[in-house]
Amino acid sequence: MTPLRVVGLLALVALAVVPVLPLGAAQEYIWHVIIQIFLWSFVGNAWSLMGRFGLVSLGHGAFLGVGAYATVLFWNFYGMTPWIGGALAIVITVILALVVAYPCSRFQVVGHYFALVTPAVGEVIRLLSVAERDWTGGSLGVTLKTGGTASGWWTLQFADKRVFYYVGLVAWLFGLWVWWRVDRSMARSAMEAIGEDETAAASVGIRVTRFKMAITALSAALTALGGTLLALYLAYANPDTLSGIGVSLRIVFAVVLGGMYSLLGPFVGTALTIALSEYLRIYFGIHFIGIAETIYGLLLMIFIIFLPAGIYGSLAEAARRRLTRSPAGVAVRT
Amino acid sequence: MIDPIFILEAVVNGILLGGVLALLALGLNLIFGVIDIVWIAYVDLVALCMYAVYFLVTAYGWPLWLAGLGSIAVGAVLGALVHLLIITPILASPPINQLLATGGLLFFIQSAATLFWSTDHRSIRVSMPTLEVGGIFISFTRLLAFGLAIAAMIALYFFLTRTYTGTAIRAVSQDREAIALMGARPQRLYLVTSAVGGAMAGVAGALLIIQYAVHPYFGAAFGPLTFMICVLGGLGNMVGAFVAAFIMAQVISVGGVIVSTEMGYVIAFVIFIVLMFIRPGGIFARRA
Amino acid sequence: MLELSQITAGYGAFTALWDVSLRVAIGEAVAVVGPNGAGKTTLLRAISGLIAPRAGRITFEGADLAGRPAYDIVAHGIAHVPEGRRLFPQLTVAENLKMGAFLPSARSHFRESLERVYTLFPVLAERQAQRAGSLSGGEQQMLAVGRALMSRPKLILFDEPSMGLAPVMVLRLFELIRRVREEGYTILVVEQNVRQVLKLVDRAYLLEVGRIKVEGRAADLAEQDFVRQAYVGL
Repeated sequence: MTPLRVVGLLALVALAVVPVLPLGAAQEYIWHVIIQIFLWSFVGNAWSLMGRFGLVSLGHGAFLGVGAYATVLFWNFYGMTPWIGGALAIVITVILALVVAYPCSRFQVVGHYFALVTPAVGEVIRLLSVAERDWTGGSLGVTLKTGGTASGWWTLQFADKRVFYYVGLVAWLFGLWVWWRVDRSMARSAMEAIGEDETAAASVGIRVTRFKMAITALSAALTALGGTLLALYLAYANPDTLSGIGVSLRIVFAVVLGGMYSLLGPFVGTALTIALSEYLRIYFGIHFIGIAETIYGLLLMIFIIFLPAGIYGSLAEAARRRLTRSPAGVAVRT
Repeated sequence: MIDPIFILEAVVNGILLGGVLALLALGLNLIFGVIDIVWIAYVDLVALCMYAVYFLVTAYGWPLWLAGLGSIAVGAVLGALVHLLIITPILASPPINQLLATGGLLFFIQSAATLFWSTDHRSIRVSMPTLEVGGIFISFTRLLAFGLAIAAMIALYFFLTRTYTGTAIRAVSQDREAIALMGARPQRLYLVTSAVGGAMAGVAGALLIIQYAVHPYFGAAFGPLTFMICVLGGLGNMVGAFVAAFIMAQVISVGGVIVSTEMGYVIAFVIFIVLMFIRPGGIFARRA
Repeated sequence: MLELSQITAGYGAFTALWDVSLRVAIGEAVAVVGPNGAGKTTLLRAISGLIAPRAGRITFEGADLAGRPAYDIVAHGIAHVPEGRRLFPQLTVAENLKMGAFLPSARSHFRESLERVYTLFPVLAERQAQRAGSLSGGEQQMLAVGRALMSRPKLILFDEPSMGLAPVMVLRLFELIRRVREEGYTILVVEQNVRQVLKLVDRAYLLEVGRIKVEGRAADLAEQDFVRQAYVGL
């Protein structure tokens, strides 16, 4: 049991017991913040499954939005339990992802083109959410119909935030597990080869299109799940907070800040951005709206220029270098 | 059914819209074609120029035409600053990092605008007549904006083909090392290109503020549309972007009349995605 | 005029040149020959400023040029006709020549230089408005040389000028270089085609695997068996 593992385990235990600790009057707020961190870093990890292999999507808001809206609308209009509604939402999202990913992969839409096609997809979803206002409530968004007395595991609506705390914790850990499995798999080596040189990869027999589509589908599915959970937790879906280029960039930013190529990078980045945003909100109150994001934007630019591996990524790299003391340069992923 | 006269009007308005969209796309494409970096935040720079015109006119009482010139100057300065401060350090970085850097700029501009000027929509009241031609109503403002956009594009064309610097800019996009062997400094040419791209944004800003209201998230509205046009025409391809702008403008305008404004945009985006399947390099795919 | 002293240069972890020294006197025509991968192109790139040498000095008419950027070196009077011509394919012949005269000192004599180039290469005058990318190999080479002349250089570097040209064109090309030389320019040519180039120049160096192996008068070298033998293993 390495020291690192022990620390990790202790941290996990600490996180798990937070809801039962007496934290005073602010405890609901603290849970709320941590739940957000869990769910958004889950989404961040999902995004980084694509991002780390060079498939930089600036339109993940689309997947988030479809997941969220579909689940909410299935419940609101058809009374469909979110277990099924959410699963359906994920399926729809995956189909959307494949529909877009197929031509992208097959016809080698890469690099700049890919990065510019993705916001278009995000925009389509956002515009559709606004346009179909009879269903979706337009730019005002849609509120989850309360389950009333049926609240509980069937409707996935809970009066007690603590249940959501654990749901969030489990989801986050699940996301980490998926990331870790992909990291250890053949798919990772294949994707890295593809990322470096598609033609060369194809010539050694790597099924480029298949891998790209698989990773995209996985990333989209997880993101949709994140969207579903967020919609259920917040009991509200709005085109701007859950789709569109703004939220897409925010996801990307958090992951880049923490480190795109590491397991816990998205968590660190998300925790920092949410903590910063909450701190600034408390500090400035309703004055200076927009200051948090202004600082984010500034930090993002600074980080990309000076610390491309992100905070966690750079620290992890430095620690690794210290521990292994390898004279040859450790390949820093820039 | 819809009166054909409305469709005709939509077509005309589409052409007028196309002119301004083409201007937006050309600025972005110029920079990409030469420096090989996509300024995700380009349309947000346009929005800043819109704010500039707005404040020059409403707070300082400048006449509109002067504010327009001011906008061009502001745009050029912003373009140069972005290049010097943000682009130059990341010229050698992988494309992801470059995208994220300009993405960060987008974030920064949108939030700073919210911080300083709140989310209020601001527009300039321009009282210009509405012309009637054969039953179609055309806003003179739009006509003027169209004319000026075309003039700006012609000016850009002459700059790129008739002047030394312009030709050198075209040369550096074709072979960076070779132009250095002729005694030109690629970095300086990039700077000029960025300033010119910024100036174009300034022109676009001046033309847009008289038609639309500006607000911090203006870039989120027009940005994806501009990228879409550039990609459709083939990234870096000026002629392609010009054509794609008009096609898209038609789809949006006519679609907007037949269905609804938002659906007009949705249809445009969907057509774009479909076209990407058929011609992933853009309508006039430029050999990379 | 040009003096390289113990130049070491390379790319990244790879060193292409080791301790290379050579001289070119005013009015001379000098060749550097050697097999593929010997480092000939690296040598010229180090002189013209496209790469910076790791060690050693480069002096040109007294000025220390090692490590200076390319645009600075052109301003001192060294023009480089790069390997593969490196024309601007979308620009016309006339525009390519215009770019050649980018330097302020060259621009003020633009008309004059242009006249000179068109007289030397009438074909270029005919095809002024044609896109450079659509010219034939021989015409492209002429344009590349003409473009270099537009900067009013004192020394011209030719990097593998015969590469990619049909044998008939190769003869014409060397004829062309001779005429350029007769106009008064100092020449440094890097070539794989030893026989042809030795007929053209006064002196030559043999570069092999990054080091100068032999130097001497062209006539003498042409006789050397081992020079000819080094080439069979091309």
